[in-house]
Amino acid sequence: MRLRLEKRAAPSAAMRWAAPLMATLLMLVTGMLILVLLGKAPGDAFRVFFIKPLASVYGIGELLLKTTPLLLCGLGLAIGFRSNVWNIGAEGQLTIGGICGAGVALAFGDTESSWLLPAMLIAGIVGGMLWAAIPALLRTRFNTSEILVSLMLVYIAQLLLGYLVHGPWRDPDGYNFPQSRLFNDWELLPLLWDGVRTNIAFLIALLLAALSWIFTAKTYAGYRMQVAGLAPAAAAYAGFSERRNIWLALLISGATAGLAGIAEVAGPIGQLQPQVSPGYGFAAIIVAFVGRLHPLGILLGSLLMSLLYLGGEQAQIELALPSAITGLFQGLLLFFLLAADLLVNFRITGSAR
Amino acid sequence: MSLDTWIAIFVSTVVAATPLIYAALGELVTEKAGVLNLGVEGMMLVGAVVGFIVGVNSGSLVLGYLAAMLAGVLMSLVFGVLTITLQANQVATGLALTLFGAGLSAFVGRSYAGQPIDGADALHIPLLSDLPVVGALLFQFNALVYGAIALFFAVQWFLSRSHAGLRLRAIGEAPSVSHAIGHPVQKTRYRAVMFGGACSGIAGAYLSTALTPMWVEGMSSGRGWIALALVVFATWKPLRVLLGAYLFGGVTVLQLYAQGFGLTVPSEFLSMLPYAATIVVLVIICRDPKTILLNQPASLGKGFHPDA
Repeated sequence: MRLRLEKRAAPSAAMRWAAPLMATLLMLVTGMLILVLLGKAPGDAFRVFFIKPLASVYGIGELLLKTTPLLLCGLGLAIGFRSNVWNIGAEGQLTIGGICGAGVALAFGDTESSWLLPAMLIAGIVGGMLWAAIPALLRTRFNTSEILVSLMLVYIAQLLLGYLVHGPWRDPDGYNFPQSRLFNDWELLPLLWDGVRTNIAFLIALLLAALSWIFTAKTYAGYRMQVAGLAPAAAAYAGFSERRNIWLALLISGATAGLAGIAEVAGPIGQLQPQVSPGYGFAAIIVAFVGRLHPLGILLGSLLMSLLYLGGEQAQIELALPSAITGLFQGLLLFFLLAADLLVNFRITGSAR
Repeated sequence: MSLDTWIAIFVSTVVAATPLIYAALGELVTEKAGVLNLGVEGMMLVGAVVGFIVGVNSGSLVLGYLAAMLAGVLMSLVFGVLTITLQANQVATGLALTLFGAGLSAFVGRSYAGQPIDGADALHIPLLSDLPVVGALLFQFNALVYGAIALFFAVQWFLSRSHAGLRLRAIGEAPSVSHAIGHPVQKTRYRAVMFGGACSGIAGAYLSTALTPMWVEGMSSGRGWIALALVVFATWKPLRVLLGAYLFGGVTVLQLYAQGFGLTVPSEFLSMLPYAATIVVLVIICRDPKTILLNQPASLGKGFHPDA
């Protein structure tokens, strides 16, 4: 007797949602196992990763704070992934969004005005869209892989940021540190409530999650993109424009990533620094997959991923583990999900041949 | 500029091209079998950290290289099991491999960051290495540099002259047909993926023991992705991979010598060159859809399952 794979007549809907839960569970078990092998008590490890970060109002605030950029980027990426457009450069679009928004603040922020913050957000969004427009243009005009182009642009964006904070935008009173001046109060996003660092960007992200659900489920453009992803030949036969899908997918994901960037810079960071994101743009790829490209799933996925970031920070402080353990867990989660996805399309049978 | 400077530029071009040659040739063979592994960057990072750690602790670089290859193979096996056996999407799995490799290598290498290691020595070939100019140009590299060129000849021969290579290419073009006439599609694809993993592993170890002899988190800085672009740029031909790698090596070292040419551009802009160049060459090659259509293995990126 040997195990065989048998293709299901139709993908299993139950398995589609069970797979992320199985993957999360498997990641937890493997993660605990790794920590135990490293000589940490399993109870300690569990407490540090899952209890401690959530044990205070401040902790919950931090969770929502880190959820925000993941949710924003994840929502945008999912729209592309659904139609087979692989923007993996959200990290770069996020960086450019931060740069453009900060540029507005540095240019006009010395005097208080109520339009400044909206202008910064819009600049961030436009910056992210322009950065994503490059792979869109090259893909539609020159047939160039958006995967490689959007990724190369991540490195270019980060180098550009490095140039700005080391050079023209460096704070003249900043003791030569490579960072811009600190933002004024009126250049920072308002906080949701006292005692936390969560700001209104979280509410914007929630609103966008709802909008993204409407776009996918209720609009013709969303439908066209879904068809293009599920059945490219049918989409072509129906006359759905591939070019328009590519442009839409990249511009939307660029916009949300750019917004995430300026929300970080005008939020918890409060100035421009050589690094504005600990890889949110890449982690959002995992978020999109774990969330099944569905807005609600993506919200849950970004909460989980945010918890992994917080747990990694706690583990560094309390267990003297490198914070890179976060990246390790993120990778494991995606692996387990991809493996569990087998059960969506296949049934495992043990019948003898 | 003096002759010595030109020799130095040539030598550092060859040195910078070497990891790209390994990684891109490995990926070329993988893709020829119809498998697109976007995890090169992750496998390189793991190879770099494992090669470094084993090299430091055992005092033997050869052991380090073997360990790096093994680590690359293990990483690629994770990819292989997911995509070949479990039918997962190759693009998503490759991305996962890169993210996982970045996390794993940073985690494992934490306590080794910034430590020195005795880097790979240049070979000394009696007589040849001592020749004026030519000796410095061609005969004073470390063994891995020559290994990369040997690998090129081996891959070239394998793909175009050997029976197994022909079979591998057939599987990449038409897996169902190959399966029908009795070729082991899955087994061949596993081997091709593992070969790619070994090559990426050694490419990574070259970074951490020869190019900049130390381990730094994320030290491959996109070279794995550039290697992927090189395969497209080379239209899946080994000779063009070799030439393309030297071209990119040249672009990389340009930044080191730019000031010698009287350029006063901020260093960050010079560091952008390899990434910008990658985009430019991709555009040039992909501009005509027919170039890709005619050269890309027909089943690239598509899974195949004999039971399904």
